[in-house]
Amino acid sequence: MKNILGRKVGMTSVFTEDGRYVPVTVIEAGPCTVVERRTKEQHGYDAVALGFGAIKKHRVTRALAGHFKKQGVEATRFIREFRDGIDGVDVGASVTVANFQPGDRVDVVGISKGHGFAGGMKRHNFKGGNQTHGSMIHRQPASNGDTNAGHTHRGSRRPGHYGVDRTTHQNLEIVRADSERNLLLVRGPIPGPKNALVVVRSSVKRAKSAEAKA
Amino acid sequence: MNVIDTLEREQLKPTVPDMRSGDTVKVFSKVVEGGKERTQMFEGVVTARKSGGLGECIVVRRVAHGVGVEKTFLLHSPRVEKIEISKRGIVRRSRLYYLSDLVGKAARIKERKTAR
Repeated sequence: MKNILGRKVGMTSVFTEDGRYVPVTVIEAGPCTVVERRTKEQHGYDAVALGFGAIKKHRVTRALAGHFKKQGVEATRFIREFRDGIDGVDVGASVTVANFQPGDRVDVVGISKGHGFAGGMKRHNFKGGNQTHGSMIHRQPASNGDTNAGHTHRGSRRPGHYGVDRTTHQNLEIVRADSERNLLLVRGPIPGPKNALVVVRSSVKRAKSAEAKA
Repeated sequence: MNVIDTLEREQLKPTVPDMRSGDTVKVFSKVVEGGKERTQMFEGVVTARKSGGLGECIVVRRVAHGVGVEKTFLLHSPRVEKIEISKRGIVRRSRLYYLSDLVGKAARIKERKTAR
């Protein structure tokens, strides 16, 4: 099963075996426990819930504590459900980095860094105006569109709250999977601040192209 | 120790020659050519030594067939096998970018004979 939960540790670079110098994000992933098995009969869909991260006993709400107790597993800080690649995975089983190999393609889901109330230049890559030559429009959004329309077009891009969105980076290469230290090294950046929860799952795009070939 | 520091430290080479800008070095690097691996030598003047840690690198300049060639080598790369210092030079700056404007006799660097 190529799904796992982890904590973003930060970025660095590594030398690969073929001598490339690759920028990577380090994810401390797993070991996760299978916390629940959802079934079609009982819940209407098939899924596996993975739990990750230690939590102090007094921080577990009673409701959740009861849930964990019913399943007969240790309480974990995070729980996420997965619907793909879950055949033969039972409650209590442990999911580790060992399922991943270098060269695998994964999608990484995280909550992006918050930027607060951001202007158009940062939020939508607006160009902005001249800084000099008497321009009084420096970082403003300038025109808001057609005056003839008499109204603002729906969905027009404006300054506003930016970040803290669920964001997925697709088709990232696994550079290294270290099962001794539970580390996943993924090529390139991934969403979110350090220490944030990230979800790693096998790449959707890769799976599709493999299907098309077969 | 923090995970990233550990990862970086594991990949550092234990020692790296103490060349500086102005020194002439021979760099032996592995090249993959037609599916085969061989060692290639590149000799020239170190024009810059940049960055630190895992990304530390040197820029080596030589004039080959009348054309100036500058190559950047990552000092800690497993592809860089060996670096030999063949000559020490006396220079007064750390980045010898001015060398690319000079040709022939003007581009020479005085040799440092005594230990620093």
